[in-house]
Amino acid sequence: MAKTIAEINEKIKKGKVAVVTAEEIIDLVEKKGVERAARQIDIVTSATFGPMCSSGAYFNTGHSKPRIKLGGGRTYLNEVPVYTGLAAVDFFLGAAALPDNDPRNRVHPGEFRYGGGHVIEDLVAGKDVKLVASAYGTDCYPRKNLETWINIEDFNEAVLFNPRNAYQNYNVAVNLSNKVIYTYMGILQPRLGNANYCSAGQLSPLFNDPYYKTIGIGTRIFLGGGIGYIAWQGTQHNPNVPRTKKGVPRSGAGTIAVIGDLKKMSPEWLRGTTLRGYGVNLTVGIGLPIPILNEEIVQWTAVRDEEIYAQIIDYSDAYPKGKSDSLAEVNYAQLKSGKVTIQGKGVPTASLSSYAKARKIAGILKNWIKKGEFFLTEPVELLPSVDSGITFKPLRERKIR
Amino acid sequence: MAKRRLVLTFPPKLVEEPITYRLIKDYDLVVNILRAKISPEEEGRLMIELSGEKSALKRGMDYLNRLKVNIQPLARDIRWLEEKCTHCTVCVSLCPTEAIVVDRNSMKISFNKDKCIACGACIPACPYKAIEILF
Ligand code: SF4
Ligand code: SF4
Repeated sequence: MAKTIAEINEKIKKGKVAVVTAEEIIDLVEKKGVERAARQIDIVTSATFGPMCSSGAYFNTGHSKPRIKLGGGRTYLNEVPVYTGLAAVDFFLGAAALPDNDPRNRVHPGEFRYGGGHVIEDLVAGKDVKLVASAYGTDCYPRKNLETWINIEDFNEAVLFNPRNAYQNYNVAVNLSNKVIYTYMGILQPRLGNANYCSAGQLSPLFNDPYYKTIGIGTRIFLGGGIGYIAWQGTQHNPNVPRTKKGVPRSGAGTIAVIGDLKKMSPEWLRGTTLRGYGVNLTVGIGLPIPILNEEIVQWTAVRDEEIYAQIIDYSDAYPKGKSDSLAEVNYAQLKSGKVTIQGKGVPTASLSSYAKARKIAGILKNWIKKGEFFLTEPVELLPSVDSGITFKPLRERKIR
Repeated sequence: MAKRRLVLTFPPKLVEEPITYRLIKDYDLVVNILRAKISPEEEGRLMIELSGEKSALKRGMDYLNRLKVNIQPLARDIRWLEEKCTHCTVCVSLCPTEAIVVDRNSMKISFNKDKCIACGACIPACPYKAIEILF
Protein backbone atom coordinates (compact mmCIF):
# COMPACT_ATOMS: atom_id res chain seq x y z
CA MET A 1 0.00 0.00 0.00
CA ALA A 2 1.52 3.28 -1.10
CA LYS A 3 1.58 6.31 1.21
CA THR A 4 1.91 9.99 0.44
CA ILE A 5 3.99 12.63 2.16
CA ALA A 6 0.79 14.44 3.12
CA GLU A 7 -0.46 11.31 4.88
CA ILE A 8 2.81 10.92 6.73
CA ASN A 9 2.67 14.55 7.85
CA GLU A 10 -0.84 13.97 9.13
CA LYS A 11 0.54 11.13 11.26
CA ILE A 12 3.30 13.39 12.57
CA LYS A 13 0.70 15.93 13.60
CA LYS A 14 -1.31 13.27 15.43
CA GLY A 15 1.80 11.88 17.10
CA LYS A 16 1.27 8.53 15.39
CA VAL A 17 4.21 8.48 13.03
CA ALA A 18 6.54 5.47 12.97
CA VAL A 19 10.15 6.57 12.53
CA VAL A 20 13.33 4.50 12.66
CA THR A 21 16.91 5.25 11.71
CA ALA A 22 18.63 3.89 8.63
CA GLU A 23 20.42 1.43 10.94
CA GLU A 24 17.30 0.25 12.72
CA ILE A 25 15.42 -0.36 9.48
CA ILE A 26 17.94 -3.02 8.46
CA ASP A 27 16.94 -5.51 11.15
CA LEU A 28 13.32 -4.52 10.89
CA VAL A 29 13.11 -5.39 7.21
CA GLU A 30 15.01 -8.59 7.85
CA LYS A 31 12.60 -9.66 10.61
CA LYS A 32 9.30 -8.44 9.25
CA GLY A 33 9.89 -8.51 5.54
CA VAL A 34 9.63 -5.73 3.03
CA GLU A 35 5.88 -5.65 2.78
CA ARG A 36 5.15 -5.32 6.50
CA ALA A 37 8.02 -2.92 7.07
CA ALA A 38 6.71 -0.65 4.31
CA ARG A 39 3.30 -0.65 5.89
CA GLN A 40 4.46 -0.08 9.47
CA ILE A 41 7.25 2.43 8.99
CA ASP A 42 6.61 5.93 7.73
CA ILE A 43 10.04 7.54 7.83
CA VAL A 44 13.66 6.40 7.91
CA THR A 45 16.22 8.93 9.11
CA SER A 46 19.66 8.92 7.49
CA ALA A 47 22.64 11.07 8.44
CA THR A 48 26.27 11.94 7.94
CA PHE A 49 28.94 14.01 9.71
CA GLY A 50 32.06 14.51 7.64
CA PRO A 51 34.33 17.22 6.23
CA MET A 52 32.63 18.88 3.27
CA CYS A 53 34.94 21.31 1.49
CA SER A 54 32.32 22.88 -0.72
CA SER A 55 30.60 24.69 2.13
CA GLY A 56 30.22 28.30 3.09
CA ALA A 57 27.87 31.00 4.24
CA TYR A 58 26.64 34.35 3.03
CA PHE A 59 25.96 37.37 5.18
CA ASN A 60 24.44 40.81 5.16
CA THR A 61 26.07 43.15 7.67
CA GLY A 62 23.63 46.03 7.58
CA HIS A 63 24.79 49.52 6.60
CA SER A 64 27.27 51.54 8.60
CA LYS A 65 27.03 55.31 9.05
CA PRO A 66 28.40 56.73 6.83
CA ARG A 67 27.90 53.95 4.34
CA ILE A 68 30.61 51.70 2.97
CA LYS A 69 30.50 49.54 -0.16
CA LEU A 70 32.23 46.30 0.73
CA GLY A 71 31.42 44.99 -2.74
CA GLY A 72 34.52 45.13 -4.92
CA GLY A 73 36.78 45.89 -1.97
CA ARG A 74 38.45 43.65 0.57
CA THR A 75 36.73 42.29 3.65
CA TYR A 76 38.02 39.92 6.32
CA LEU A 77 36.44 38.01 9.19
CA ASN A 78 39.11 37.14 11.75
CA GLU A 79 41.65 37.80 8.98
CA VAL A 80 40.02 35.26 6.67
CA PRO A 81 39.09 36.93 3.35
CA VAL A 82 35.47 36.75 2.21
CA TYR A 83 34.15 37.11 -1.32
CA THR A 84 32.82 40.62 -1.87
CA GLY A 85 31.77 40.50 -5.50
CA LEU A 86 28.17 41.11 -4.47
CA ALA A 87 26.11 44.08 -3.32
CA ALA A 88 27.35 46.74 -0.89
CA VAL A 89 27.09 44.78 2.35
CA ASP A 90 26.61 41.18 1.20
CA PHE A 91 29.49 38.74 1.15
CA PHE A 92 30.21 35.02 0.98
CA LEU A 93 32.60 33.20 3.28
CA GLY A 94 34.00 29.95 1.93
CA ALA A 95 34.92 27.13 4.31
CA ALA A 96 38.30 26.61 2.61
CA ALA A 97 39.38 30.28 2.74
CA LEU A 98 42.68 31.05 4.48
CA PRO A 99 44.12 34.25 5.97
CA ASP A 100 46.32 36.06 3.44
CA ASN A 101 49.33 35.63 5.71
CA ASP A 102 48.82 31.93 6.41
CA PRO A 103 52.08 30.20 5.43
CA ARG A 104 50.06 27.51 3.62
CA ASN A 105 52.39 24.78 2.37
CA ARG A 106 55.53 26.93 2.30
CA VAL A 107 56.84 24.65 4.96
CA HIS A 108 55.30 21.36 3.99
CA PRO A 109 53.08 19.96 5.43
CA GLY A 110 51.31 23.21 6.33
CA GLU A 111 49.44 23.39 9.62
CA PHE A 112 46.36 25.29 8.41
CA ARG A 113 45.25 26.13 11.91
CA TYR A 114 42.44 28.55 11.09
CA GLY A 115 40.27 29.36 8.10
CA GLY A 116 36.76 29.87 6.79
CA GLY A 117 35.34 26.75 8.40
CA HIS A 118 36.64 27.87 11.78
CA VAL A 119 35.10 31.33 11.37
CA ILE A 120 31.75 29.66 10.73
CA GLU A 121 32.15 27.51 13.84
CA ASP A 122 33.12 30.55 15.93
CA LEU A 123 30.16 32.56 14.66
CA VAL A 124 27.72 29.76 15.36
CA ALA A 125 29.24 29.39 18.84
CA GLY A 126 28.22 33.01 19.45
CA LYS A 127 31.77 34.38 19.50
CA ASP A 128 32.50 37.90 18.34
CA VAL A 129 34.62 37.98 15.21
CA LYS A 130 36.69 40.84 13.86
CA LEU A 131 35.39 42.41 10.65
CA VAL A 132 37.97 44.49 8.81
CA ALA A 133 37.18 46.03 5.42
CA SER A 134 38.66 48.42 2.96
CA ALA A 135 36.72 49.90 0.07
CA TYR A 136 37.34 52.32 -2.78
CA GLY A 137 34.61 54.82 -1.88
CA THR A 138 31.86 56.20 -4.08
CA ASP A 139 29.59 59.24 -3.93
CA CYS A 140 26.84 57.17 -2.33
CA TYR A 141 29.16 54.95 -0.26
CA PRO A 142 31.95 57.35 0.77
CA ARG A 143 33.57 55.35 3.56
CA LYS A 144 36.85 53.55 2.82
CA ASN A 145 37.62 51.65 5.98
CA LEU A 146 35.72 49.70 8.57
CA GLU A 147 36.89 47.81 11.64
CA THR A 148 34.44 46.34 14.10
CA TRP A 149 33.58 43.34 16.23
CA ILE A 150 30.58 41.51 14.89
CA ASN A 151 28.42 38.75 16.26
CA ILE A 152 26.15 36.35 14.39
CA GLU A 153 23.13 38.16 15.85
CA ASP A 154 24.38 41.46 14.41
CA PHE A 155 24.01 40.25 10.83
CA ASN A 156 20.68 40.74 9.10
CA GLU A 157 21.09 37.41 7.39
CA ALA A 158 23.60 34.66 8.07
CA VAL A 159 22.84 31.76 5.76
CA LEU A 160 24.75 28.52 5.39
CA PHE A 161 24.89 27.62 1.72
CA ASN A 162 26.88 24.60 0.67
CA PRO A 163 27.21 23.91 -3.06
CA ARG A 164 28.19 20.28 -2.48
CA ASN A 165 27.55 18.09 0.53
CA ALA A 166 26.66 14.52 1.46
CA TYR A 167 28.51 12.70 -1.32
CA GLN A 168 26.87 9.43 -2.21
CA ASN A 169 29.92 7.22 -1.73
CA TYR A 170 33.57 8.20 -1.88
CA ASN A 171 37.04 6.86 -2.62
CA VAL A 172 39.13 4.96 -0.14
CA ALA A 173 42.52 6.66 -0.17
CA VAL A 174 45.86 4.84 0.04
CA ASN A 175 49.47 5.68 -0.70
CA LEU A 176 51.61 3.37 -2.84
CA SER A 177 54.68 5.62 -2.80
CA ASN A 178 57.63 5.48 -0.45
CA LYS A 179 56.95 8.69 1.40
CA VAL A 180 54.19 10.04 3.65
CA ILE A 181 51.63 12.13 1.79
CA TYR A 182 49.25 14.75 3.18
CA THR A 183 45.90 14.80 1.42
CA TYR A 184 42.30 15.88 1.88
CA MET A 185 41.76 12.24 2.82
CA GLY A 186 44.18 12.63 5.72
CA ILE A 187 47.76 11.58 6.30
CA LEU A 188 48.59 8.53 4.23
CA GLN A 189 51.51 6.37 5.23
CA PRO A 190 53.84 4.98 2.55
CA ARG A 191 53.54 1.54 0.97
CA LEU A 192 49.88 0.97 1.85
CA GLY A 193 50.45 1.94 5.48
CA ASN A 194 46.81 2.90 6.00
CA ALA A 195 43.54 3.36 4.12
CA ASN A 196 41.20 6.28 4.82
CA TYR A 197 37.54 6.40 3.86
CA CYS A 198 34.88 9.06 4.28
CA SER A 199 31.27 7.95 4.39
CA ALA A 200 28.75 6.82 6.97
CA GLY A 201 27.92 3.89 4.66
CA GLN A 202 24.53 2.40 5.49
CA LEU A 203 23.52 5.52 7.46
CA SER A 204 24.57 7.98 4.76
CA PRO A 205 21.65 9.90 3.18
CA LEU A 206 21.95 9.20 -0.52
CA PHE A 207 22.74 5.48 -0.04
CA ASN A 208 19.26 5.13 1.40
CA ASP A 209 17.51 6.48 -1.67
CA PRO A 210 20.04 5.62 -4.37
CA TYR A 211 17.98 6.84 -7.33
CA TYR A 212 16.70 9.98 -5.54
CA LYS A 213 13.05 8.97 -5.77
CA THR A 214 12.09 10.99 -2.68
CA ILE A 215 14.85 13.61 -2.53
CA GLY A 216 14.88 16.90 -4.39
CA ILE A 217 14.68 20.66 -4.32
CA GLY A 218 12.89 21.78 -1.19
CA THR A 219 13.45 18.61 0.86
CA ARG A 220 13.62 19.70 4.48
CA ILE A 221 16.64 18.33 6.36
CA PHE A 222 18.63 18.51 9.60
CA LEU A 223 21.45 20.89 8.75
CA GLY A 224 24.19 21.83 11.20
CA GLY A 225 21.91 21.28 14.17
CA GLY A 226 19.13 23.44 12.69
CA ILE A 227 16.74 23.19 9.79
CA GLY A 228 17.87 23.32 6.20
CA TYR A 229 16.66 22.53 2.73
CA ILE A 230 18.04 20.93 -0.35
CA ALA A 231 18.49 23.81 -2.78
CA TRP A 232 19.67 21.95 -5.87
CA GLN A 233 21.71 18.95 -6.85
CA GLY A 234 25.23 19.43 -5.52
CA THR A 235 28.15 20.24 -7.78
CA GLN A 236 29.73 17.16 -9.37
CA HIS A 237 26.39 15.36 -9.02
CA ASN A 238 27.00 12.26 -11.09
CA PRO A 239 24.21 9.71 -11.07
CA ASN A 240 25.63 7.75 -13.99
CA VAL A 241 28.38 5.75 -12.31
CA PRO A 242 28.53 1.94 -12.19
CA ARG A 243 26.06 0.59 -9.65
CA THR A 244 25.47 -2.76 -7.96
CA LYS A 245 22.44 -4.86 -8.87
CA LYS A 246 20.57 -3.17 -6.03
CA GLY A 247 21.35 0.25 -7.44
CA VAL A 248 24.09 1.28 -5.00
CA PRO A 249 26.78 3.40 -6.70
CA ARG A 250 30.22 1.83 -6.55
CA SER A 251 31.99 5.19 -6.44
CA GLY A 252 31.26 8.89 -5.80
CA ALA A 253 27.87 9.67 -7.36
CA GLY A 254 25.04 11.94 -6.22
CA THR A 255 25.51 15.11 -4.15
CA ILE A 256 23.23 17.80 -2.72
CA ALA A 257 23.47 21.57 -2.36
CA VAL A 258 21.98 22.68 0.94
CA ILE A 259 20.87 25.91 2.52
CA GLY A 260 19.68 26.96 5.97
CA ASP A 261 19.60 29.67 8.63
CA LEU A 262 23.06 29.74 10.22
CA LYS A 263 21.71 31.62 13.24
CA LYS A 264 19.74 28.55 14.28
CA MET A 265 22.62 26.10 13.91
CA SER A 266 25.05 24.79 16.51
CA PRO A 267 28.83 24.51 16.77
CA GLU A 268 28.40 20.84 17.66
CA TRP A 269 27.31 20.16 14.09
CA LEU A 270 29.42 22.66 12.17
CA ARG A 271 33.08 22.13 12.94
CA GLY A 272 36.04 24.00 11.55
CA THR A 273 38.33 21.34 10.16
CA THR A 274 42.05 21.17 9.49
CA LEU A 275 43.69 18.73 7.14
CA ARG A 276 47.44 18.86 7.59
CA GLY A 277 49.26 19.76 4.39
CA TYR A 278 45.96 20.27 2.57
CA GLY A 279 43.92 23.09 4.06
CA VAL A 280 40.81 23.89 6.04
CA ASN A 281 37.15 23.18 5.58
CA LEU A 282 33.94 22.56 7.46
CA THR A 283 32.56 19.35 8.90
CA VAL A 284 28.80 19.47 8.45
CA GLY A 285 26.09 17.47 10.16
CA ILE A 286 23.28 16.49 7.82
CA GLY A 287 20.22 14.39 8.54
CA LEU A 288 17.80 13.48 5.81
CA PRO A 289 14.38 11.94 6.34
CA ILE A 290 13.24 9.40 3.78
CA PRO A 291 9.49 8.94 3.48
CA ILE A 292 8.57 5.29 3.09
CA LEU A 293 6.12 5.76 0.27
CA ASN A 294 6.25 2.17 -0.95
CA GLU A 295 8.02 -1.18 -0.71
CA GLU A 296 10.72 -0.27 -3.18
CA ILE A 297 11.85 2.62 -0.97
CA VAL A 298 11.89 0.63 2.26
CA GLN A 299 14.03 -1.96 0.54
CA TRP A 300 16.54 0.71 -0.41
CA THR A 301 16.71 2.10 3.11
CA ALA A 302 17.53 -1.39 4.36
CA VAL A 303 20.84 -1.30 2.51
CA ARG A 304 23.69 -2.52 4.71
CA ASP A 305 27.41 -1.85 4.82
CA GLU A 306 28.17 -5.25 3.27
CA GLU A 307 26.32 -4.21 0.12
CA ILE A 308 28.02 -0.86 -0.34
CA TYR A 309 31.30 -0.90 -2.22
CA ALA A 310 33.97 1.77 -2.59
CA GLN A 311 37.04 1.99 -4.81
CA ILE A 312 40.56 2.06 -3.42
CA ILE A 313 42.54 4.82 -5.09
CA ASP A 314 46.24 5.58 -4.88
CA TYR A 315 46.60 9.22 -3.82
CA SER A 316 50.34 9.33 -4.45
CA ASP A 317 50.01 8.93 -8.20
CA ALA A 318 46.68 7.93 -9.77
CA TYR A 319 44.54 10.57 -8.04
CA PRO A 320 46.83 13.60 -8.53
CA LYS A 321 47.25 12.68 -12.19
CA GLY A 322 43.51 12.54 -12.63
CA LYS A 323 43.43 8.84 -13.33
CA SER A 324 40.68 6.90 -11.66
CA ASP A 325 42.34 3.49 -11.68
CA SER A 326 40.96 1.50 -8.79
CA LEU A 327 43.30 -0.87 -6.97
CA ALA A 328 40.46 -2.90 -5.55
CA GLU A 329 36.92 -2.70 -4.31
CA VAL A 330 35.98 -3.11 -0.65
CA ASN A 331 32.72 -2.79 1.21
CA TYR A 332 31.93 -0.60 4.22
CA ALA A 333 31.60 -3.56 6.59
CA GLN A 334 35.21 -4.41 5.78
CA LEU A 335 36.25 -0.77 6.11
CA LYS A 336 34.54 -0.41 9.48
CA SER A 337 36.15 -3.59 10.80
CA GLY A 338 39.44 -1.68 10.98
CA LYS A 339 41.36 -3.70 8.41
CA VAL A 340 41.13 -4.47 4.70
CA THR A 341 43.33 -6.51 2.42
CA ILE A 342 44.86 -4.68 -0.54
CA GLN A 343 47.28 -6.39 -2.91
CA GLY A 344 47.63 -9.18 -0.38
CA LYS A 345 48.56 -6.84 2.44
CA GLY A 346 46.53 -6.21 5.58
CA VAL A 347 45.97 -2.46 5.76
CA PRO A 348 44.50 -0.62 8.78
CA THR A 349 41.51 1.59 7.95
CA ALA A 350 40.23 4.81 9.46
CA SER A 351 37.44 7.20 8.66
CA LEU A 352 37.25 10.97 8.28
CA SER A 353 33.49 10.91 8.58
CA SER A 354 32.21 10.13 12.09
CA TYR A 355 29.83 7.21 12.18
CA ALA A 356 29.14 7.79 15.88
CA LYS A 357 28.01 11.35 15.19
CA ALA A 358 25.97 10.31 12.13
CA ARG A 359 24.16 7.85 14.37
CA LYS A 360 23.46 10.64 16.85
CA ILE A 361 22.05 12.92 14.13
CA ALA A 362 19.78 10.18 12.79
CA GLY A 363 18.49 9.77 16.36
CA ILE A 364 17.95 13.51 16.87
CA LEU A 365 16.02 13.84 13.62
CA LYS A 366 13.93 10.82 14.57
CA ASN A 367 13.04 12.51 17.86
CA TRP A 368 12.18 15.81 16.22
CA ILE A 369 9.75 14.01 13.94
CA LYS A 370 8.26 11.94 16.76
CA LYS A 371 7.71 15.06 18.85
CA GLY A 372 5.96 16.74 15.95
CA GLU A 373 8.65 19.39 15.56
CA PHE A 374 9.75 18.43 12.07
CA PHE A 375 7.49 17.84 9.08
CA LEU A 376 8.38 16.44 5.70
CA THR A 377 8.22 18.50 2.54
CA GLU A 378 7.21 17.45 -0.93
CA PRO A 379 10.18 18.13 -3.22
CA VAL A 380 9.43 20.67 -5.90
CA GLU A 381 11.62 18.72 -8.31
CA LEU A 382 13.49 15.47 -7.70
CA LEU A 383 17.27 15.35 -8.02
CA PRO A 384 18.37 14.36 -11.52
CA SER A 385 18.75 10.59 -11.64
CA VAL A 386 20.34 8.14 -14.07
CA ASP A 387 17.93 9.06 -16.85
CA SER A 388 19.06 12.71 -16.76
CA GLY A 389 22.19 11.98 -18.77
CA ILE A 390 24.20 14.14 -16.35
CA THR A 391 27.85 13.15 -16.06
CA PHE A 392 30.85 14.60 -14.31
CA LYS A 393 33.26 15.86 -16.96
CA PRO A 394 36.96 16.52 -16.53
CA LEU A 395 38.25 19.93 -17.63
CA ARG A 396 39.28 20.06 -21.23
CA GLU A 397 42.06 22.63 -21.49
CA ARG A 398 42.29 24.83 -24.56
CA LYS A 399 45.34 26.87 -25.38
CA ILE A 400 45.12 30.64 -24.97
CA ARG A 401 47.15 32.40 -27.65
CA MET B 1 66.10 4.29 42.28
CA ALA B 2 64.62 6.92 40.02
CA LYS B 3 62.89 6.46 36.71
CA ARG B 4 62.21 8.77 33.81
CA ARG B 5 60.53 8.26 30.47
CA LEU B 6 61.89 10.57 27.83
CA VAL B 7 61.62 11.44 24.19
CA LEU B 8 65.03 12.35 22.79
CA THR B 9 65.28 14.19 19.52
CA PHE B 10 68.70 14.71 18.01
CA PRO B 11 70.23 16.01 14.78
CA PRO B 12 71.69 13.63 12.13
CA LYS B 13 75.28 14.23 13.25
CA LEU B 14 74.54 12.61 16.58
CA VAL B 15 73.15 9.46 15.00
CA GLU B 16 76.66 8.01 15.09
CA GLU B 17 77.07 8.77 18.80
CA PRO B 18 76.51 5.59 20.88
CA ILE B 19 74.19 7.39 23.28
CA THR B 20 72.54 4.41 24.90
CA TYR B 21 75.86 2.63 25.30
CA ARG B 22 77.33 5.62 27.15
CA LEU B 23 74.27 6.02 29.35
CA ILE B 24 74.67 2.43 30.42
CA LYS B 25 78.43 2.21 30.63
CA ASP B 26 79.47 5.68 31.80
CA TYR B 27 76.42 6.69 33.79
CA ASP B 28 75.34 3.37 35.19
CA LEU B 29 71.74 3.66 34.02
CA VAL B 30 69.28 1.00 32.98
CA VAL B 31 68.10 1.95 29.49
CA ASN B 32 64.89 0.58 28.08
CA ILE B 33 64.26 1.62 24.48
CA LEU B 34 60.55 2.01 23.88
CA ARG B 35 60.77 3.20 20.34
CA ALA B 36 63.47 4.43 18.01
CA LYS B 37 63.28 6.13 14.67
CA ILE B 38 66.50 7.21 13.05
CA SER B 39 66.78 7.97 9.38
CA PRO B 40 69.83 9.44 7.63
CA GLU B 41 68.28 12.75 6.52
CA GLU B 42 65.81 13.26 9.30
CA GLU B 43 66.28 13.88 12.95
CA GLY B 44 66.63 10.88 15.19
CA ARG B 45 63.96 10.17 17.74
CA LEU B 46 64.40 7.89 20.67
CA MET B 47 61.90 7.06 23.32
CA ILE B 48 63.58 5.64 26.36
CA GLU B 49 63.03 4.82 29.93
CA LEU B 50 66.03 5.56 32.14
CA SER B 51 66.36 4.21 35.63
CA GLY B 52 69.13 4.37 38.13
CA GLU B 53 70.39 6.34 41.14
CA LYS B 54 69.08 9.86 41.30
CA SER B 55 72.55 11.36 40.95
CA ALA B 56 73.40 9.05 38.06
CA LEU B 57 70.20 10.04 36.33
CA LYS B 58 71.08 13.69 36.75
CA ARG B 59 74.56 13.19 35.28
CA GLY B 60 73.10 11.20 32.41
CA MET B 61 70.72 14.04 31.66
CA ASP B 62 73.59 16.54 31.80
CA TYR B 63 75.45 14.41 29.28
CA LEU B 64 72.44 14.48 26.92
CA ASN B 65 72.10 18.24 27.38
CA ARG B 66 75.79 18.72 26.55
CA LEU B 67 75.23 16.82 23.31
CA LYS B 68 72.38 19.24 22.54
CA VAL B 69 69.89 16.44 22.48
CA ASN B 70 66.37 17.76 22.81
CA ILE B 71 64.72 16.10 25.82
CA GLN B 72 61.01 15.90 26.42
CA PRO B 73 59.18 14.00 29.10
CA LEU B 74 56.93 11.23 27.86
CA ALA B 75 53.33 10.03 28.06
CA ARG B 76 51.70 12.24 30.65
CA ASP B 77 51.96 15.11 28.22
CA ILE B 78 49.58 13.78 25.59
CA ARG B 79 46.05 14.91 26.22
CA TRP B 80 42.93 13.72 24.44
CA LEU B 81 40.27 16.43 24.56
CA GLU B 82 37.17 14.31 24.50
CA GLU B 83 34.79 17.23 24.10
CA LYS B 84 36.53 18.25 20.88
CA CYS B 85 36.72 14.71 19.49
CA THR B 86 34.16 13.75 16.84
CA HIS B 87 35.14 10.06 16.96
CA CYS B 88 35.94 10.16 13.28
CA THR B 89 38.68 7.55 13.94
CA VAL B 90 41.16 9.03 11.47
CA CYS B 91 43.95 9.10 14.08
CA VAL B 92 43.57 5.45 15.01
CA SER B 93 45.53 3.78 12.23
CA LEU B 94 48.49 6.10 12.85
CA CYS B 95 48.95 5.09 16.47
CA PRO B 96 51.78 2.55 16.72
CA THR B 97 50.87 1.24 20.17
CA GLU B 98 47.08 0.93 20.11
CA ALA B 99 46.83 3.67 22.70
CA ILE B 100 43.88 4.89 20.63
CA VAL B 101 41.35 2.19 19.82
CA VAL B 102 37.87 2.07 18.32
CA ASP B 103 35.01 0.21 19.89
CA ARG B 104 33.53 -1.35 16.77
CA ASN B 105 30.00 -1.31 18.18
CA SER B 106 29.77 2.29 19.29
CA MET B 107 32.31 3.37 16.64
CA LYS B 108 33.79 5.64 19.31
CA ILE B 109 37.42 5.90 20.21
CA SER B 110 39.09 5.71 23.58
CA PHE B 111 42.54 6.79 24.65
CA ASN B 112 44.67 4.69 26.95
CA LYS B 113 47.38 6.88 28.41
CA ASP B 114 49.43 3.98 29.71
CA LYS B 115 49.99 2.65 26.22
CA CYS B 116 50.84 6.04 24.75
CA ILE B 117 54.51 6.57 23.97
CA ALA B 118 53.97 10.23 23.04
CA CYS B 119 55.27 9.72 19.53
CA GLY B 120 52.96 12.50 18.36
CA ALA B 121 51.84 10.69 15.20
CA CYS B 122 48.17 11.22 15.97
CA ILE B 123 48.41 14.96 16.58
CA PRO B 124 48.75 16.34 13.04
CA ALA B 125 46.16 13.80 11.86
CA CYS B 126 43.35 15.13 14.02
CA PRO B 127 41.20 17.55 12.02
CA TYR B 128 39.72 19.09 15.18
CA LYS B 129 42.83 19.59 17.33
CA ALA B 130 41.42 17.14 19.83
CA ILE B 131 44.82 15.73 20.79
CA GLU B 132 47.45 17.91 22.40
CA ILE B 133 51.01 17.60 23.49
CA LEU B 134 51.74 19.65 26.57
CA PHE B 135 55.25 20.51 27.61
S1 SF4 C 1 51.14 10.10 20.74
FE1 SF4 C 1 49.26 9.46 19.70
S2 SF4 C 1 49.96 8.07 18.09
FE2 SF4 C 1 51.67 8.25 19.53
S3 SF4 C 1 51.37 6.57 20.98
FE3 SF4 C 1 50.34 8.33 21.88
S4 SF4 C 1 48.23 8.14 21.19
FE4 SF4 C 1 49.44 6.78 19.87
S1 SF4 D 1 41.29 12.28 14.81
FE1 SF4 D 1 40.69 13.68 16.46
S2 SF4 D 1 38.46 13.82 16.29
FE2 SF4 D 1 39.07 12.03 15.09
S3 SF4 D 1 38.89 10.31 16.53
FE3 SF4 D 1 41.01 11.04 16.64
S4 SF4 D 1 41.00 12.50 18.35
FE4 SF4 D 1 38.88 12.20 17.76
